[in-house]
Amino acid sequence: MQKGYFGKFGGMFVPELLMPPLLEIEQAMNTIVPSQAFQAEFQSVLEDYVGRPSALYRCPNLSNKLGFNLWLKREDLNHTGAHKINNALGQGLLCKHMGKSVLLAETGAGMHGVATATAAAMLGLECVVYMGATDVVRQSHNVRRMGLLGATVVPIDSGTQTLKDAINAALRRWIADQRTTHYCFGTAAGPHPFPQLVREFQAVISREAKAQFMRKIGRLPDYVVACVGGGSNAIGAFHEFVPHTEVKLVGVEAAGTGEPGCDNSAPLNLGTPGVLHGAMSMLLQTPEGQIMPSHSIAPGLDYPGVGPEHAGLQDSGRAAYGTINDGQALNAFHTLCRTEGIIPALESSHAVAWVLENAGSIPKDSHVMVCLSGRGDKDIGIIEEYEKKGKA
Amino acid sequence: MAMSILTERIQAANASGRKAVIPYLPAGFPDGARFWDEIAALDSGGADVIEIGVPFSDPVADGPVVEKASLDCLTRGVNLAWILSELQKRKGGFKAGIVLMGYYNPFLQYGLEKLGRDCAAAGVAGLIIPDLPIEEMGPIRAALEGTGVELVCLIGLNTPKERLAMYAEAARGFVYFVSVLGTTGVRESLPQEVLAKLGEVRPLFKVPVALGFGISRPEQVAPFGDLIDAVVIGSALIKMIDAGGDAAKFMGGWLSGGK
Repeated sequence: MQKGYFGKFGGMFVPELLMPPLLEIEQAMNTIVPSQAFQAEFQSVLEDYVGRPSALYRCPNLSNKLGFNLWLKREDLNHTGAHKINNALGQGLLCKHMGKSVLLAETGAGMHGVATATAAAMLGLECVVYMGATDVVRQSHNVRRMGLLGATVVPIDSGTQTLKDAINAALRRWIADQRTTHYCFGTAAGPHPFPQLVREFQAVISREAKAQFMRKIGRLPDYVVACVGGGSNAIGAFHEFVPHTEVKLVGVEAAGTGEPGCDNSAPLNLGTPGVLHGAMSMLLQTPEGQIMPSHSIAPGLDYPGVGPEHAGLQDSGRAAYGTINDGQALNAFHTLCRTEGIIPALESSHAVAWVLENAGSIPKDSHVMVCLSGRGDKDIGIIEEYEKKGKA
Repeated sequence: MAMSILTERIQAANASGRKAVIPYLPAGFPDGARFWDEIAALDSGGADVIEIGVPFSDPVADGPVVEKASLDCLTRGVNLAWILSELQKRKGGFKAGIVLMGYYNPFLQYGLEKLGRDCAAAGVAGLIIPDLPIEEMGPIRAALEGTGVELVCLIGLNTPKERLAMYAEAARGFVYFVSVLGTTGVRESLPQEVLAKLGEVRPLFKVPVALGFGISRPEQVAPFGDLIDAVVIGSALIKMIDAGGDAAKFMGGWLSGGK
């Protein structure tokens, strides 16, 4: 298979000026990351700083109600409140090993920005975060957190002022500052080697989960379910289970408001193959190849593309991808809050919602794992506003 | 193999004692009708090659001036099919070689085989695709085979020697040397290291070398002497038109001062 491809998806569709730094990262991924010294350091920060392994928790109340076992892989319990910290610390350490001093990041919901700012502060690196102006407003709490951690947040007011425009701006900055700067890409998308690198750092989720299931129930789960924006938590949750074909892998995309033709964030379900941000993947685009605006109530899912490995997994039939709309996600959010005392991120609520909506087709006594990718404190303002509008 | 019209135009300019001038305008700028008047004015004003920008919603290699102009063109409904059909109507009417410059996705969605055929039918001599490094060129090169439409390669200050050698092998028409580690846009001065890198590039390439990104004034070109054969100017032309100027005035400045 061609380098950096998952079936027909992936690749390195970037300006030639970005090829040297990408090849440098590829080299580092193949030599530094597997080294014993790097792995020892990474495992140590995951354990002592992030608080890993994250719990694998069986929801007693919902499991009783549903008639099967619902397990949550609690990435929301990580330091900074989401799975994003696994990747940010991995890439932060790699940045240091590569002799660079600046961590550059883009962020949508702000969680990757917070995670990168945290990693930079902890590792003594400078941090610059690009964020769409719309997201700066709707995730102002995370913008304040990044400021406290010493990062510079650069609002982007071009295009749709969301994650895709933040990525464009960060790529431009990286072209100019590549000698000192490592671009800490936030999801398992973008040009090779980012999809592979991010997966490597997020695969800790499925490695732990696999061991935890073996310990707790003596076998693997029947389903692994995770939300998919760019797809980093999902690819991390899937990775160790991919060879075990008896485990059903389900990714959940955001269907937006849910009406036919509405703006959504479901390129695997509603998109077509194309090239954006350095990779061939599934995209929301016009027939002329212009990228369409995306929408989700969950800012972290609000992206018109998706990581190429997910497109490959869908194409090969190894993983299935469903959709959940804003209202269904919100319903699952409240359900988890009230029945289990856990406030999930709106992103993760999409995965919980898929289980609730499809409960009828899941056999009794199954074991279903949902990757609870983050906690929902950041979303309380969005939810209040959404519900106020609904009542108006 | 017949010489590319792009190589031919650049060499003709060089033979008359000047660098070839390659202006860039996004299709549909400043509006659909005036765009073609400006292209005609660039052509009659002596442009050797004209780059027509194919607007894209997410132009990562472009700076703010080109990005804004491109996004404005998109809101006016400009697309590749319109550009090619308008060019077909004007086929044979330009002395300059016509090149389309755009990001890969709109070309890909158009269909690569159809793109090759329609570009040839519209008199397009070459394509410049800034987000297509040599690793990903295979499918489009195969589609353009035998059409006479060349794929122009881009290289830069940080392209290492082994990659320069790969591009030297692949380059057709001319090679586009990006003068800065950055996006398109006017700059006061070009980095000193450009000269040193061009010294490395020049002997490797059989095709002409065009310098682009950051160039706004003819006097910026003089220090490069024989290391370059052509210059590409985009943002400066857009800014001039935005400020009330036109292509004829722009070309006048370059042909008198760009020697």
